[in-house]
Amino acid sequence: MSRAIIEVEAISKRYKLGQFDARTLREELEHFFQRLRRNGRAPGPSTGREEFWALKDLSFSVEAGEVVGIIGRNGAGKSTLLKILSRITEPTQGQIRIRGRVASLLEVGTGFHPDLTGRDNIYLNGTFLGMTKAEVKAKFDEIVAFAETEPFLDTPVKRYSSGMQVRLAFAVAAHLQPDILIVDEVLAVGDVFFQEKCIGKMSEVSRSGGRTVLFVSHDMGAIQSLCGSAIVLEKGYKTFEGSAEAAVRFYLRKSNCRAETLVLDDCVRTGTGQARVLSVVLEDEAGTPKTHFRMGEPLNIVLRTHFATVVQNPIFGVNIVTEAGLLVADCRSSHYGVNIGTTVGTVEYRVRIESLSLYPRTYVVEPWVTDASCLSTLDWVRGAATFRVTSGPNFLAGANVNAKHGISFIPTSWTFGQAFPVRCSRGDD
Amino acid sequence: MANVASNHELVIRPTRGWSHLDLAEIWRYRDLLYLLVHRELVVKYKQTILGPAWFVLQPLLMTVVFAVIFGNVAKIPTDGLPPMLFYSGGLLGWNFFAQTFQGTSSTPVANASLFGKVYFPRLVVPLAAVISSLLAFAIQLLTFLSLFAYFKIFTSTSSSFGLSRDIVLLAPLLVQIAALSLGVGLWLAALTAKYRDFTHLSSLFIQLWLYATPVIYPLSQIPARWRWVVLVNPMTAPVETMRHMFLGQGGATMSQSAFAVVTTLILLLSGVLVFTKVERTFVDRA
Repeated sequence: MSRAIIEVEAISKRYKLGQFDARTLREELEHFFQRLRRNGRAPGPSTGREEFWALKDLSFSVEAGEVVGIIGRNGAGKSTLLKILSRITEPTQGQIRIRGRVASLLEVGTGFHPDLTGRDNIYLNGTFLGMTKAEVKAKFDEIVAFAETEPFLDTPVKRYSSGMQVRLAFAVAAHLQPDILIVDEVLAVGDVFFQEKCIGKMSEVSRSGGRTVLFVSHDMGAIQSLCGSAIVLEKGYKTFEGSAEAAVRFYLRKSNCRAETLVLDDCVRTGTGQARVLSVVLEDEAGTPKTHFRMGEPLNIVLRTHFATVVQNPIFGVNIVTEAGLLVADCRSSHYGVNIGTTVGTVEYRVRIESLSLYPRTYVVEPWVTDASCLSTLDWVRGAATFRVTSGPNFLAGANVNAKHGISFIPTSWTFGQAFPVRCSRGDD
Repeated sequence: MANVASNHELVIRPTRGWSHLDLAEIWRYRDLLYLLVHRELVVKYKQTILGPAWFVLQPLLMTVVFAVIFGNVAKIPTDGLPPMLFYSGGLLGWNFFAQTFQGTSSTPVANASLFGKVYFPRLVVPLAAVISSLLAFAIQLLTFLSLFAYFKIFTSTSSSFGLSRDIVLLAPLLVQIAALSLGVGLWLAALTAKYRDFTHLSSLFIQLWLYATPVIYPLSQIPARWRWVVLVNPMTAPVETMRHMFLGQGGATMSQSAFAVVTTLILLLSGVLVFTKVERTFVDRA
């Protein structure tokens, strides 16, 4: 392929802050009369509506058959970019050339009508995506088989679970053979098996079908396993473009790997919002903020969380996750029977990891808070902070340990014959 | 088809001024048009006991109410026609107009979430409203013809009415009504997208319009002083003409009809222009 299938040339998108353009008629009339009174002189002071650039001078190109990940925090401009690429809204400046047919899956069950049956919705959804009825018909059986909704084909979609709806929606979009498939973070709704199936399908679509996939996700593991390359967006600007692995590393490190108190204002988070983790700082034994810790060193995670409403016995937790998204440990207060009673307002607390039994690599800290039953997540912040574990001279007598040796280090002792300890050392790497 | 589409290059850039209407693209989406009409008809009376019978009952009940209130209570003359036939004949054209108008003008609000998530030519939705109202009209016409047959066979008033020769013009007349309601509906849709005030105004607007149209009264009964109101109304000629087609009473003059056609064309063209201009930023306003 000599020419790129998608060429994005310096696009920008401006929104007006506040009420956007949805003024009421009264406001508009007032504005009109104000202008009349000014007698057509230069427009007076602005009405206080500020502008906001969701995307600024973004350029990149995608070759046919590539799978490109788009990474960024909430508000980085990912969704705006996808909306412009899917022609839902227009850029304010710049232009995009697309040489092929686009199908986008920006939301679960786009265009599904709750009263129509699964069968009717497959056809409707397919034609919304720009296909003809005949094309949908040709793929119908495959779609149904993939979505695993066969027994419910003649049931109205409103009786489907949200997981079933997303399965059906994804199946339609992925089977209609667009040249370019655009997928926003929608798969989070399905269960793990289906997510894997979708990711498998997307890589199949690109590998054997030679189709192009644009994929937005907060799941760094999915980005790394699916995408060849990735783009990192930050506040409307492209800050990184390169291999998926490098992009994920850049994103996580850049995002929150600073030796200071990190204010978690623009992090990706889920939960009811009754509690909000405000800040996090990683400190060493002496209370100094740090980003690099040696294996075996203690690590203190100092957190501040604000409770907007009264919560009885909340459970506090910190997930330690690898960059690829693998959960290493779910450390929670309830494991230790910690009970802090009625809680409201701002709470400061400290989680002490006695010894970092982790092999050298970068880890991500995800603090969370749930109610006493652990059923309702009040707040859960992704990628709140990252730290790097290094092999240190004081650990294992300076033996060569690295990320290839595993994730969680299990302290061992070695006994031969007459039970005497031996130090573990391998000469090969 | 997939391969044909792959070869075409799409350029996305900010459009300035009045965009041109891409009719070829709407044609490519004709299957969607068909499925939207299907959806409209299937979903309309879901979870009702009477189901599709409402397509017959709704205009019939309206006719009965009109006959009782305006015929029996207010005693408004009906050009010598049996009141039931007079009202049901007037409602034929009017309901087609009003339903298309409602379907069209509610487009941006009713489809806000859809428009935010998937691209297709927005004009397909109002067009689907026109077609589904046309099907509702066909059913209403059958209801009317049954009434017609009943009055012709079983009552003594049978000589006072009958089909007239201009019934051959029914198809162009329906096109005119469709074009008019589409034009007005698109204007309202565009205004609603910008100012949600118009969602509240549109039902009032259509009600007032009904009273300014000779549906519940014949054109001949309008006092000279108010005649101009009814005559500048582009729905007057279609409603009167349709009543004349089926019942042989009433009717509009050539100049009234010509005026209505010209007004319709202006409203349709300007409506499409305004709608296609506003549709590009529907999403940013929603």
